[in-house]
Amino acid sequence: MSVLKKIAHWLDDRTGLRETLLPLLKHPVPPGAKWSYVFGSATLFCFMLQVVTGIALAFLYQPSAENAYHSLQFITHEATLGNTLRGIHYFGASGMIIFAGVHMMRVYITASYKYPREMQWISGVFLLFFTITMGFTGQLLRWDSNGVWSSVVVAEQMGRVPLIGKYLARLLLGGDTIGGQSLSRFFALHVFIFPALIFMFIGLHIYLVFRNGISEPPKAGRLVDPKTYRLWYKNMLKEKGVSFWPNAAWRDAIFSSLVVLAIVLLAVFIGPPELTAPPDPSLVLANPRPDWYMMPIFALFALMPPNIESYVIFIGPILTIIFLLSLPFISNKGERSPLRRPWAVFGVLCVVVFLGALLMIGLQSPWSPHFDTKPLTVQNLSLSNADSTTQNGVHLFYTKGCQYCHKIGDYGGLKGPDLSFVARRLSIPEMKIRIVNGSKEMPAYGGMLSKDELDALVQFLSTRK
Amino acid sequence: MNEENNEEINRRDFLMKTGLWLGGIASLTALIPVVGGIFAPLLKTQKQTWRTVGLEKDFVIGTTSLVKFINADPEPYAGTTAKSAAWLRRETPNKFVAFSVNCTHLGCPVRWEVNADLFMCPCHGGVYYKDGSVAAGPPPKSLTQYMVRVYKGEVQIQTAPLPLTNLNATNS
Repeated sequence: MSVLKKIAHWLDDRTGLRETLLPLLKHPVPPGAKWSYVFGSATLFCFMLQVVTGIALAFLYQPSAENAYHSLQFITHEATLGNTLRGIHYFGASGMIIFAGVHMMRVYITASYKYPREMQWISGVFLLFFTITMGFTGQLLRWDSNGVWSSVVVAEQMGRVPLIGKYLARLLLGGDTIGGQSLSRFFALHVFIFPALIFMFIGLHIYLVFRNGISEPPKAGRLVDPKTYRLWYKNMLKEKGVSFWPNAAWRDAIFSSLVVLAIVLLAVFIGPPELTAPPDPSLVLANPRPDWYMMPIFALFALMPPNIESYVIFIGPILTIIFLLSLPFISNKGERSPLRRPWAVFGVLCVVVFLGALLMIGLQSPWSPHFDTKPLTVQNLSLSNADSTTQNGVHLFYTKGCQYCHKIGDYGGLKGPDLSFVARRLSIPEMKIRIVNGSKEMPAYGGMLSKDELDALVQFLSTRK
Repeated sequence: MNEENNEEINRRDFLMKTGLWLGGIASLTALIPVVGGIFAPLLKTQKQTWRTVGLEKDFVIGTTSLVKFINADPEPYAGTTAKSAAWLRRETPNKFVAFSVNCTHLGCPVRWEVNADLFMCPCHGGVYYKDGSVAAGPPPKSLTQYMVRVYKGEVQIQTAPLPLTNLNATNS
């Protein structure tokens, strides 16, 4: 026996590593678990990537209200490979959220949450919300203008909670306003509290996988009966089970490796989001936007009717959590195959389309004034020969802010109707009425325009046909 | 024999209970400062104070300008986060109005569009008139105002908490 082997043997004898770990690695799993079973482990590997890159970032980061922004500038622009490190942490977060979502959809579509795996689903729901919270608190830790204003937005949302809203907001910010304590609190949440919770729940989640076994691929007509399932599952494993390592695990290994590689490549070639202005709450020319995974919620706030908003902000998340947690109790037996559960598949599709649509419209944000729109000029409207009133109207269309919300040709915002051909549908008196009185979605300009200015604007608009 | 056994059981029972109680008390005493540290912002009275934001003579009647000030009680390490801003409007020689920069919808910073005479929010499209009332978009109520006073020729603003919109405001 070589020396190395002797050492290994001694270690194994004194620690019992092999007898503890081998059964876990070799435990039998149902046959036929194919590529749809890799998303859970991909989420886990993304989390491990987050832990490792997060620790590395903590070596460089200053968790102080005063210096966090400077240290992020340092990480992004000066530290050796700091930009890539931030990039991996950013895309790793995205990966974790995506794969947690896909894993959840797979589990729902194949009804793997049914008996006896209810607690796997419940621990998974907690993990999903912890993951989203990590994503959001992480975005605040950039502590740039976007981070500061995003924290204000969260504090405002908490403020809408009846009775205790004010206290929740104050607890979040560590005071009545954004201040020195705010960032330290986000840091503690992002680096200690939520990672600890995630570790605990991942432990539980994986322990349950060993205790209850991986769900077998569903077959139409093979029903789950809580009375007989465990025995049936045990016999099935005895007859047809395959060893997890390597028969099933190679797919997890390959997929997760590809995911990690893709994240690193994205970090190298695209990199993390650029920092915005410094964290100064008195700089008001900010344009706060959340990272993509919070964008659907951002969009929802713009689109839902304002009079139900306070209720939705408060009750919406509670109902979602209650629904998700009660799902395995609403249906914990019977059919598992998606072929026999078309409504489940349809429901998942609806959620994906809903979130996808909100994400896309959120990225476009048509409800926001386009402050950076380039001024319309008489040249690009071919009005160089028009009279001075019309030309003044073109100028006023920009300076009075009309163009922030209305588009003419390629210029302007998307909030209000496109006015490129407005004269085709509105007469001059009609235009005047709209401008002077406004509407629910448009300010009444009556008090802000002189008669001459109104005439000039309308004269210009009447050339748009 | 039986008596001895009973004594032994009583002793063990007593020690076990003592251990649990002691453990409970020890954890509680250690937890008090932990909870105190985390929930301190709820216990601390939040100060308010008057801050000078400029000289009375520098504000032109009929204009709105951004003024900056330091919060009431910033931590020494707060850096730039100690600052707040307000939109100060001089309506008449004797009347100043100061608006919070936070949109009443979800708190994003509204900007004053000087030519349009409107406050506009970049987040969800809220718009306000120059008097702070809602002109368009989702905001449920007018811009919140700070207290303003003129003191020895200086314009002063009273610092205030981040204005939160609650359920009542959205219903009114």
